[in-house]
Amino acid sequence: MNFGAIDPVLLIASLMVAATPLIFAAIGELVVEKAGVLNLGVEGMMIVGAISGFIIAVETGSPMLGLLFAAIGGALLSLLFAILTQLALATQVPSGLALTLMGLGISSLMGQDYVGVKPPTMARLDIPVLSDLPVVGPILYSHDPALYLGLVLVACVWWFLNRSRAGLTLRAVGENAEAAFALGYKVVRIRVLAILFGGACAGVGGAYISLVRVPQWTEGMTAGIGWIALALVVFASWKPGRAMIGAYLFGGVTVLQLNLQAAGLAIPVEYLSMSPYIITILVLVFLSADRSSAPGSLGRIFHASR
Amino acid sequence: MIALEKRPEPSRWLGFATPLFAVLATMIAGGLLFAALGKDPVAAIATIFWEPLFGEFAFYYRPQLLVKGAPLVLIAIGLALGFRAGIWNIGAEGQYIIGAICGAGVALAFYPFESALIFPAMVIAGAVGGWAWAMIPALLKVRFGTNEILVSLMLVYVAEQLLASMALGLLKNPEGFGFPGSRNLQQYPSAFNADLIANTGFHWGVAAALVAVIFAYVLLSRHMLGFHIRLTGAAPRAARFAGVEPSRIIILCLGLSGALAGLAGMFEVAGPSGQITIDFNVGYGFTAIIVAFLGRLNPIGILFAGLLMALTYIGGDIAQSQLGLPAAAIQVFQGMLLFFLLAFDLLINFRLRWQKGATA
Repeated sequence: MNFGAIDPVLLIASLMVAATPLIFAAIGELVVEKAGVLNLGVEGMMIVGAISGFIIAVETGSPMLGLLFAAIGGALLSLLFAILTQLALATQVPSGLALTLMGLGISSLMGQDYVGVKPPTMARLDIPVLSDLPVVGPILYSHDPALYLGLVLVACVWWFLNRSRAGLTLRAVGENAEAAFALGYKVVRIRVLAILFGGACAGVGGAYISLVRVPQWTEGMTAGIGWIALALVVFASWKPGRAMIGAYLFGGVTVLQLNLQAAGLAIPVEYLSMSPYIITILVLVFLSADRSSAPGSLGRIFHASR
Repeated sequence: MIALEKRPEPSRWLGFATPLFAVLATMIAGGLLFAALGKDPVAAIATIFWEPLFGEFAFYYRPQLLVKGAPLVLIAIGLALGFRAGIWNIGAEGQYIIGAICGAGVALAFYPFESALIFPAMVIAGAVGGWAWAMIPALLKVRFGTNEILVSLMLVYVAEQLLASMALGLLKNPEGFGFPGSRNLQQYPSAFNADLIANTGFHWGVAAALVAVIFAYVLLSRHMLGFHIRLTGAAPRAARFAGVEPSRIIILCLGLSGALAGLAGMFEVAGPSGQITIDFNVGYGFTAIIVAFLGRLNPIGILFAGLLMALTYIGGDIAQSQLGLPAAAIQVFQGMLLFFLLAFDLLINFRLRWQKGATA
């Protein structure tokens, strides 16, 4: 075994990369849940985003265009969920599961001809002087633009939820849909928009995996990251900043276990690969006692006729 | 403008009819999908639904219907009990894997010793394995209020890794020339889950699935416990006032569904599959969720839904080899079914009415 092979600076830099898909997916789902909707289809929307972004990036040669279409792909899939739960008043849990099953199928259908293809690489930030600084350079100033976009998104969502009027409305809809409706807010419209936003974010998160993190296309490549993102929202007590910290924590665990695999630790690879999932469970155990911060109408069906 | 009007009572006949509507709508939408993929939609649908039952090689495919249907029904019955009570075990795939590992582990521990007691021991090990795996989310939910959806799902990924480690390590065939995978249980008479009637596909798992259907039917419609399960799902507060202990229902429902999924895995590894391999699990645990809903969470309905879903698996395989229909298209097809099902459920509780102008 060789711990010397693990470079802490590279470790931190790569944990930021590993955390970015989680940040996108979790922050999107956070907004959805703040609007009172529980969309369990994150995994499905991510993988559809992963393949839509991958196809567009390969065909056009532009990773940024790929990310854009990943957002559109994820949002389109989430539209199905919106129709089911908001218009057809279907129960949210099975609808989300349906979305995930469907997304996995659609993505492998779309990706048949793209297995083994190499996507165009996303240019990395290269600021003279700053990017060349030791330690700080590789950690802060030499990532791809999408990673910074994720951080900006966290800040924007925080501002939106806590400082803007529209965010207040969204939260009101999530806390008590009936009261918000009585005040004249368009509950269904707001929820549909939130669901679409969540879908777009999950899509970008997925494409970040297929375009930057891995970068290639394999079936089912999101491997539960969408579900971990759902757990992150609970972990974060529905607060954007805490979601980001959580994502870094999980990114750290993932990268560390990969590094330990590479360093040849005496634990079999399979047991190391389990660790992110087991840690997710442990974190859920420690944080689930406090559900007071969950939005009041989370997961409930709303129909104006009642 | 279409307005929704809540029915005073859920419509009974639509409760039976909506699954059929959903199947029809899926056939139409699926046909469009197949046409978009450049396949003849009518031929594709006919291949999927007709060929396995009445085609030239139906004698081969009909037994497959039982082989594929049994694990789906067995798992879905357990899931439906939980879903009825509002307990969402979506990690059946993991419990299925653990059941198979435990069942095969018992068999391989005794190899090559022959005894009539080995198979019953495997059955118990499979059920206990699945039960124990499901007890993790159950106990965490009861003790810490942890979300059972997320925990049971995370455990699927853990189980998959465990499966890989077993196939490559502990349970690897020592005479397998270094290839991953366990000994083939089909060549170990004491452990082999053979057809009870030759060439019918009717193995012990099919018998167990039928027993589970009857058991669940009696439990839900004739037994106090079944009533408590339904009450917990329909009106949790009322259930608590009626003296139903929620944690008891959680432990019971998750435990039962885990044990049934474990049994399904054990019967599969001892029979049709034969060995523990890295890709032993093929998603029955997830498809069973669709089966449970397609059967309207009703045991008898699940029996038919399981057979129908098995049909799409077999028909999908045929369509894949004969028409070159991609395997993923069948997956989308099955996903669509759940979608239409959930969408049409609206009609049971609401009436659609045409209204002029915008609604209030």
